[in-house]
Amino acid sequence: MCLGIPGRITAIVDEDRLMAMAEVSGVRRAVNVACVAGNDLTALVGQWALIHVGFAMSLIDEDEATKTLEALRDLGEAQETLEQMARSEEALA
Amino acid sequence: MKFASEFRDPAAAKGLLAAIARKADEIGATRAKPVHIMEICGGHTHSIFRYGLDKLIHEGVEFIHGPGCPVCVLPMARVDECVEIAEQPGVIFTTFGDAMRVPGHRKSLMQAKADGADIRMVYSPLDALELARRNPDREVVFFGLGFETTTPSTALSIQQAAREGLGNFSVFCNHITVPEPIKALLDDPEMMLDGFVGPGHVSMVIGVHPYDFIAADYGKPLVVAGFEPTDLLQSVLMVLTQIAEGRAAVENQYGRVVPEHGNPVSLAAIADVYERRPSFEWRGLGEIDASGLRIRGKYAAFDAEEKFGIGYAAASRNVPEIPGCACGAVMTGKLKPTQCPQFGTGCTPEMPLGALMVSSEGACAAYWQYAGARVAAA
Repeated sequence: MCLGIPGRITAIVDEDRLMAMAEVSGVRRAVNVACVAGNDLTALVGQWALIHVGFAMSLIDEDEATKTLEALRDLGEAQETLEQMARSEEALA
Repeated sequence: MKFASEFRDPAAAKGLLAAIARKADEIGATRAKPVHIMEICGGHTHSIFRYGLDKLIHEGVEFIHGPGCPVCVLPMARVDECVEIAEQPGVIFTTFGDAMRVPGHRKSLMQAKADGADIRMVYSPLDALELARRNPDREVVFFGLGFETTTPSTALSIQQAAREGLGNFSVFCNHITVPEPIKALLDDPEMMLDGFVGPGHVSMVIGVHPYDFIAADYGKPLVVAGFEPTDLLQSVLMVLTQIAEGRAAVENQYGRVVPEHGNPVSLAAIADVYERRPSFEWRGLGEIDASGLRIRGKYAAFDAEEKFGIGYAAASRNVPEIPGCACGAVMTGKLKPTQCPQFGTGCTPEMPLGALMVSSEGACAAYWQYAGARVAAA
């Protein structure tokens, strides 16, 4: 839970709540972008971010995103995070 | 060839290992008289074991595994309080999955769930907020756990709950901070640390300056590091270089993610929602001044301690650890995990006795997962 995971912001879904959709290793997940939002939220679309427990914490470039994802896969952290996202969907039901 | 296949950039790793060996020789570090470098973050501990860096590195460099695993340092009394809240009628207790198996005095959250409590593992406090919106007749409590990386997420969630007037949402705050326990370790006369590898994602939030006292007041180098093996090796080399040059400074190896002054939105949210407790208990380390956060009075409506009458100060402290569990000594670097009499016998990842065996970021779990064969062969 201490490591963020890279995801690509694909759309802004709720401007008031600063919520966006992100794609993390092929999984779609709603994330909060308060910590990386500038004046123009739409400028975030297409950007990579380090996402930590559902919050985009830092914008990173694609190369950094790729390397970080590989490192997280090596550690088993990427799979664990994706499982946690899936389990969370179940918890909401 | 293991080495080449394990590292994405084996040439860079080999070059760094050779440079570390030269620098270690230069400062006279040997197996008998090693340089002790603490990696503070549990993620780094995991990475060191995953890649076997502790074995590949010059024998004069010894890693001491720090207290940077929030699940591992959680006092048993707080787990008991989680169970107490979760077992209240009408409560949906939400938590990160990491905390489910941490042993409590009576039971773990996993056992409480099996006994019928409505405990749900969530990925994010945002999901706990959503549960509160969908279940207005239930009280949804989120177990706020973690260092500065996680703290902004619960602070922003509480702010959002306040904006929406979500009166059935609250946070059981157990957030802790990184710099204060480092100070406590440095003040321990038995501690023989020569330098630190600083946490990457915590520093992304707080920046590099909260560590300044480590260099300025204690004369120890600290290098903030990324998570790839080459990041870690580069950071160790930077620590050794400082030692060789007789310097002590805070340096940032992970500048591509860690801004000097941290993330301003996160820091503002933390400051708005939280204040420091006078002190907080750490498993294995005891009470540490100003090392824990609590929810400010203006957000008392979202504070589970207030709602359920669980005041940290009023709670009975000094809940005894499980007999034979040496987590405290391991946490402070005084014992290796394998020197604990329970390691691998009374305490395994399947049946953990102590917290260090629970989380993948705990030193004992990492030893077990990656060094088990080495230990068995020894």
